[in-house]
Amino acid sequence: MNAAPAILTLSDVKYRWPGRASFALDITEFCVAPQERVLLLGESGSGKSTLLSLICGTITAQSGRVCVAGTDITSLSAGTRDSFRAEQIGLIFQQFNLLPYASVLDNILLPLRFAPQRRARVAAPSETARALCANLGLPDDALTAQAGTLSVGQQQRVAAARALIGAPPLIIADEPTSALDAATQSTFLKLLFEQASTFNSTLLMVSHDARLAEHFDRVVQMSDVVQTGRAAA
Amino acid sequence: MILRLALGSLMARALTVGMTILAIALSVALFLGVEKVRTGAKASFADTISGTDLIVGARSGSVQLLLYSVFRIGNATNNLTWESYLDIANRPEVDWIVPISLGDSHRQFRVMGTSDAFFERYKYRAGQSLAVQDGLIMDDIFDAVIGADVAATLGYSVGDPIVVAHGLASFVEHDNQPFRVSGILEKTGTPVDRTVIVSLEAIEAIHVDWRSGAKIPGQTTPAEVIRQMTLEPQAVTAALVGVKSRLQVFGLQRAINEYPSEPLLAILPGVALQELWQIVGIAETALIAVSGMVVVTALIGMMATIFSSLNERRREMAIFRAMGARPRVILSLLVLEATVMAAIGAVLGLGLLYLGLVVAQPILDSAFGLWLPIDPPSLRELWVLLGVVAAGAIVSMVPALRAYRMSLADGMMVRI
Repeated sequence: MNAAPAILTLSDVKYRWPGRASFALDITEFCVAPQERVLLLGESGSGKSTLLSLICGTITAQSGRVCVAGTDITSLSAGTRDSFRAEQIGLIFQQFNLLPYASVLDNILLPLRFAPQRRARVAAPSETARALCANLGLPDDALTAQAGTLSVGQQQRVAAARALIGAPPLIIADEPTSALDAATQSTFLKLLFEQASTFNSTLLMVSHDARLAEHFDRVVQMSDVVQTGRAAA
Repeated sequence: MILRLALGSLMARALTVGMTILAIALSVALFLGVEKVRTGAKASFADTISGTDLIVGARSGSVQLLLYSVFRIGNATNNLTWESYLDIANRPEVDWIVPISLGDSHRQFRVMGTSDAFFERYKYRAGQSLAVQDGLIMDDIFDAVIGADVAATLGYSVGDPIVVAHGLASFVEHDNQPFRVSGILEKTGTPVDRTVIVSLEAIEAIHVDWRSGAKIPGQTTPAEVIRQMTLEPQAVTAALVGVKSRLQVFGLQRAINEYPSEPLLAILPGVALQELWQIVGIAETALIAVSGMVVVTALIGMMATIFSSLNERRREMAIFRAMGARPRVILSLLVLEATVMAAIGAVLGLGLLYLGLVVAQPILDSAFGLWLPIDPPSLRELWVLLGVVAAGAIVSMVPALRAYRMSLADGMMVRI
C-alpha cells in the first residue's frame, strides 16, 4: 500500500435500496491509493453498480463513510455532491456513453461545463480535447463528427477522453471493454492506462472479466470487500 | 453549450419535434388569423361609413337600418316617403342629405338609386371620397356608375350596356330600359364596390310601366318618352344626413324619431355599429375561445411528446447526471427544449399567418369584401406569441418535473 492518503476510502458502509428491503450492501473497508490501477472483479448482481453509485454519490449510504480525495461525500448536500463528482471523478460506462446527437468535441467538454475547477485546469479546452483524441488514436476529423456516427470502439475512446479531460483525480470505468472485441480491448486499455498516468489519475475499473487482471496493479474480488445479501436473513 | 446540446437533441428527434412544432405553428397561425379577421372585419365595417351624422329610414331596428342602408345586408321593411324626405331635407339643421333607393339588382349586385350628392358626401376609411377609375359620374338618366367588384366580376368597361332586374334574385328584367356604364369607381373595400349606382330618377324611370311590383301588361313606354317625363320618386329607402353643427345631431335625431306624419328612425352610424358589435361580441368571444383552445391543445400535444420521449431519453439524462449535472439541469434542459420548440412554432406560425394573408387577401376581398391589411405584427400579436412561448415553458414543467424525479432516482445507472 502507498504511504500517501488514499484517494478513495469506504468504511463501514451500509446501503439498502429504498423500497427493496430485501437487497442490501455492506462494505467494511475498501481503499484505493493515488495513481493505483485497481480492478474490481465481480459477477453481475454482485453489487458493482450500487458500489459505483455510492462512490459517485448519486446514492447515499444509510451509514458509514465514503471519502473521495479526502472529502466524505456522505456529508455533502445532494447538489454539492453532483458538482464534487464533476470535479473529482471521470466516468466511463460499459457503452452508450455519449450523447449521440452532440459532436465528439461537445461530448468531451461536457463534464467541464459542470466543474469550474476542472475547467480552470484546462487552458485551451478544444486543443486539449484534440490532443486527447490524437493520443487515444482517434482520427483528427472525429472531433466534429456526431458521436452517434462513430464505431463502438471509437465511442469508448471518446468516453475515455471525456473522463480524462481536466485530469480528475479518480477515473471510474464500469466494464468499458465489454462491448469491444479482444484486440480492441487491449489497445483501449493500453491507451487508457497511458493517459491515466500522464494525468496522474487513479483508475478503478469494474469488470466481470478476470482476463483483464494482468493489466492492473491490484485485483480485488467484489466478494472480498462487499457483503451482499438478504437483509432479512 | 447547453443550448447547443438542447438544439442537437431536438434535431436528433427531428420528425416528432417537427410535427410538434408544426402543430404549434398551425395553432398560432389560426389564433392570429382569427384575430386578424376579427379586427379586419371590425375595421372594415367601421371604415365603411364616415362623415355621415345620421341615417334615416322607416322605423325598424337601428342595426337593421344600418345593415340595409350601408352594408346592403337584408332589406328595408318600409320606405321613407318623398314628402318626409323633403321635409327633413328642408330642416335648418341639415347641411346635406343623400337619398338611397334600393330594391333592384343587376346579376348578383344590388342597384342603388341616389343623387349626385352621394359621390360628394359618401366618405369611407377616415374621410376618403369615392373616385372614378374610368369614365364619368352619370349625367344621363340611363347612366350607371358601377363599383370596382362589379366591373371586375362581370368584365364591364365604360360604355357597356347593362339591364337592371326588378327586385333581388329576380328573373323579371327591366329590359326595355337598358342602362349604359358611364363610370367605374376605384376599389374602396366597402359595399360600394359591389353596387350599381344609378340616379334616383332612373329608379323611377324603370318602374314607369310597373304598378305595385308587377309589370303593366302591354304597356311599354319608350326611353325617349321617359326622358321627357318628370320623374319624382314616391319614396326612398333611406337617407344619409349631415348636420351643420355636431351639436345638432341629437336634436335632429329626436325630431326625426318623433316625426308625426310617419314612423321614422334616425340613427348615429357609430352608435348602431357599437350595438352591432355587442350582438356579434358573443360570437367573437366564442371564436377567440375556440382558437385559444386550439393553441392549448397544441401545447398539450407538445407536453405529451415530451412525456413519451422521457423513457427513451433516460440514458441521455443519466449521462448528464454522471457528468455532474444536477437534476435541475435536466429539468431546465427539458424546459429549454420546450421553449425552443414553442418559440420556433410561434415564429413559424407568424410566418404561416403572413403567407396565408398573402394568399387569402385577394380571395377574401373579392368573396366577402373583407380587406385584411398586411401590416407588421402588432404589439398585441407579439404579446400573444410571447404568451405561447411562456405557456410552452410552463406546460413543459410537468414532464420536466417527472424527468427531474426520474433522474434523481436513476442516478447514472440506467441500463437500456
